[in-house]
Amino acid sequence: MAKTEPVKLSAADSPVPGKTKAKTGGWIRNELRLFRKNQELVVLALPGILFKFVIAYLPMIGLILAFKNFRYDQGIFGSEWVGFRNFEFLFKAQDAFRIIRNTLLYNFAYIITGTIAALILALLLNELSGRLMKIYQTVMFLPFFLSMVLVGYIGNAFLDFENGFANKVLAFFGLPTHNWYLETAPWIYILPLIALWKGVGFSTLVYYAGMTGISTEYYEAAKLDGATRIQMMTRITLPLLKPLVIILFILGLGNIFRGDFGLHYFIPNNVGPNFPTTDIIDTYVYRALTKLGDINSAAAVGFLQSVVGLVTVVSANYIVRRIDRDNALF
Amino acid sequence: MTAKSNNVFINAFFIVVCVLIVAPFILVISISLSSEDSLYEYGYQFIPKVWSGEAYRIVFEKPDTILRGYGVTVMITIIGTILSLLLTALMAYPISRRDFRYNRPLTFYVFFTMLFNGGLIPFYILMTQYLHLKNSLAALIIPALMSPFNIMIMKGFLDKISPEIIESAKIDGAREYRIFFRIILPLSTPALATLGLFIAFGYWNEWYNALLFIDNDKYIPLQLLLVRILSQAEFLANSPMAQVSDKLQFAQFPTLSVRMAMAIVASGPMLIVFPFFQKYFVKGITVGSLKG
Repeated sequence: MAKTEPVKLSAADSPVPGKTKAKTGGWIRNELRLFRKNQELVVLALPGILFKFVIAYLPMIGLILAFKNFRYDQGIFGSEWVGFRNFEFLFKAQDAFRIIRNTLLYNFAYIITGTIAALILALLLNELSGRLMKIYQTVMFLPFFLSMVLVGYIGNAFLDFENGFANKVLAFFGLPTHNWYLETAPWIYILPLIALWKGVGFSTLVYYAGMTGISTEYYEAAKLDGATRIQMMTRITLPLLKPLVIILFILGLGNIFRGDFGLHYFIPNNVGPNFPTTDIIDTYVYRALTKLGDINSAAAVGFLQSVVGLVTVVSANYIVRRIDRDNALF
Repeated sequence: MTAKSNNVFINAFFIVVCVLIVAPFILVISISLSSEDSLYEYGYQFIPKVWSGEAYRIVFEKPDTILRGYGVTVMITIIGTILSLLLTALMAYPISRRDFRYNRPLTFYVFFTMLFNGGLIPFYILMTQYLHLKNSLAALIIPALMSPFNIMIMKGFLDKISPEIIESAKIDGAREYRIFFRIILPLSTPALATLGLFIAFGYWNEWYNALLFIDNDKYIPLQLLLVRILSQAEFLANSPMAQVSDKLQFAQFPTLSVRMAMAIVASGPMLIVFPFFQKYFVKGITVGSLKG
């Protein structure tokens, strides 16, 4: 795409591009003629093209920072090249291993729990109809539209050391209370639970939409043969839904290097002592940027995240294409 | 669709699920309506031990901060949604036209950004060092203006407009600009409404760019205001570094209930609006999910 763009821009500016270059070759003339035919649509897309170029494509140049010793006063291009020095910390510091492990394991946990819960809920929702079903759907969907900031407040209402509901319940049963924000162990359960609470309505809806697309003829035929509802679920609905499930699962795996910053920043509330089990690549990079941390190491991890992320998404899509061409992203 | 079983047990199961999902909201509302003393004595409860509207009175007594937050949030929501809809439609329309010669490279140009990006650090440096957008409303609006996901949904809607309409307009001598603004945009009003809601909710909930780019009080949107209140409270409560005098000063203020009341006041309007628009979201997601 980078190749075609300058051509579009320059040609759009000059009203009669074809005449002066008449002898440079047939295909150029042809190409320009075709361009003129499409010129108006290009102009419509132009604001978006320029916008994407500045906001999305220019920062890609900044990935070279992973190989530089960045200083604000010297800028991206002025900073000194240091080769792979920024990557050395990946093999030395504990941080690197920790944030990569956390990012991968948590995302894996979110995908597994989210898929299973959403599938079960969608299967059961598919058994219902009418007004009640709509209400369930709305209620389950509600947390999806809350900002993570607000979810942080809700988390605080449960996990606050002195007043939180969780500790009140533990104390009521005579169990030892926890200072949740300063501990590491509980987070491996709390974070997936909150992720499930927030996201399950959305995924359920996606699977439910997939189920409503299944032709009723299958069910009618099965009914004539005396199939039970459970049999219909396991023999018709699930097999027909399998491609969608596999596709969403694989696409989720493709995004496994991209962490949920909001979830891991607001729920554990950015408190140092719980970092061993809550810190992910995204929160680490954010802290490096804002709290005067090691920006060079963060740039190296960021580079890794972008590049490995691209590789995993493309491979995931390749696998999806092998399974079902129609459902591949590209 | 075959007759549904509408099994009693399944209904009971969903009622339990819904109660579990709603419970956290109830807890927050209950805290905001409890008297401060009862919170310290009994902790957070699902039903206030001692009811009190004190927290809301305090929030509305000095409404400056929260009003300013509302102002910023409403402003970025309105400007952002309009600009974003326009840009998204302008991009989605040429992509949706099958006779557009550059439709495939352009599609790739847009969707590639979904797969690969420069990451946070280059983006931050671009926004602050090169575009000089730190502490501006533009920093809250610009980054979210064009999401490939929205373009995909819009394209899905536009694909359904029959090419004959466009063809006949062309035969009448209309230019592409006229076709877009006079025919395509009016025809896609339902799509624009659905997408507009998506985008507006996004801007209303925006905190990420605020966290990155805003430290001037003038431009703090509601969500960032909430972030600050919570982190300040946590700092004072948990950190040994917090001064004793700070803690004392803080303790004189009915903070626990006020904090939750602030959260309710900040997000309340959206939660009230949500059920009315939910069916449009469902429609949008269904369209988006069936393809891609």
